[in-house]
Amino acid sequence: MADPLHQFQIQKLVELPDVTVPGLGLVDLAITNSHVAMTLAFAVIVGFLALVTARPQVVPGRLQSVGEQLFGLIDNLTESIIGHEGRHYFPFVFTVFTLVLAMNFLGLFLVFTATSQIAVTATFGALTIGVVLVIGFAKHGLGFFKLFVPSGVPWVLLPVIVLIEFVSFLLRPVTLTLRLFGNMMGGHVALKVFAGFVAVAAVGGLGWLGVPVAIMSFGMVTALTALEFLVAFLQAFVFAVLTCIYLNDVVNLGHGH
Amino acid sequence: MEPEAAKLIGAGLATLGMIGAGIGVGNIFGNFLAGALRNPSAAASQIGNLFVGAALAEALGILAFVLGILIYSA
Repeated sequence: MADPLHQFQIQKLVELPDVTVPGLGLVDLAITNSHVAMTLAFAVIVGFLALVTARPQVVPGRLQSVGEQLFGLIDNLTESIIGHEGRHYFPFVFTVFTLVLAMNFLGLFLVFTATSQIAVTATFGALTIGVVLVIGFAKHGLGFFKLFVPSGVPWVLLPVIVLIEFVSFLLRPVTLTLRLFGNMMGGHVALKVFAGFVAVAAVGGLGWLGVPVAIMSFGMVTALTALEFLVAFLQAFVFAVLTCIYLNDVVNLGHGH
Repeated sequence: MEPEAAKLIGAGLATLGMIGAGIGVGNIFGNFLAGALRNPSAAASQIGNLFVGAALAEALGILAFVLGILIYSA
């Protein structure tokens, strides 16, 4: 049976010469399949949004209403979680959401999922928490550290609570990274494992036992693919919701908890 | 026992942590359904909370899965 982890390997498609960047050392600039998947996702988003807004009408057609639904979903999210200042942070949340969504979906249609690479999801996690930190310090200065001191806590418990809050804040980018990575990778491994059963049975590796195995495995692959479409959307949505919640913590610091 | 076999068994054992995540996610959706059937008009506004809760519970299972993969490919 083929190795189900093979699909996650980075392969160089176009060789480009290595470049020495000062401070970083040798950097390999070769165009890889991960690179192509991300560029495709970017092109799909820009193309889709351009198509949707090409001929805007007061009464939207089918395509335009899909775009408006997507837009309205995130607009509602930022508005309801962050409050009346939510619209300032809409562009960031919408960008992250559409990019993750496009990469998840393209992974189901093509051979490579960019979000199943921990380097890609770690970049998203670091970016999100970096934006949260910058906004927190820009809005509140050193008052940002009040984030770790919830109001109304008995002073005896305060050292413990502050420590727990601090550690949980440090773990936020880690869980953001691992949730997306683990979901995409786990789903695609399961798909490949069941598809492998079908392939083994099809070439006659199991004899007559292969007929029921192939039928059941094929049904499983179909069902899992449907589930993966749900998961692909859900993980992008959850990423957006959590980004909003973390932004809300620093935007409305000290009130609205 | 050969080290290679021990590694594979360890990787399998590490993924047992996903049992807890399964119980947690099942609890969240079960309780949501129970609450939604009692008060269907309030259910729609809590969908966001539902998925955030499920995602947070699921993350811990994913940690176990990642640990399993790490041991497997170590």
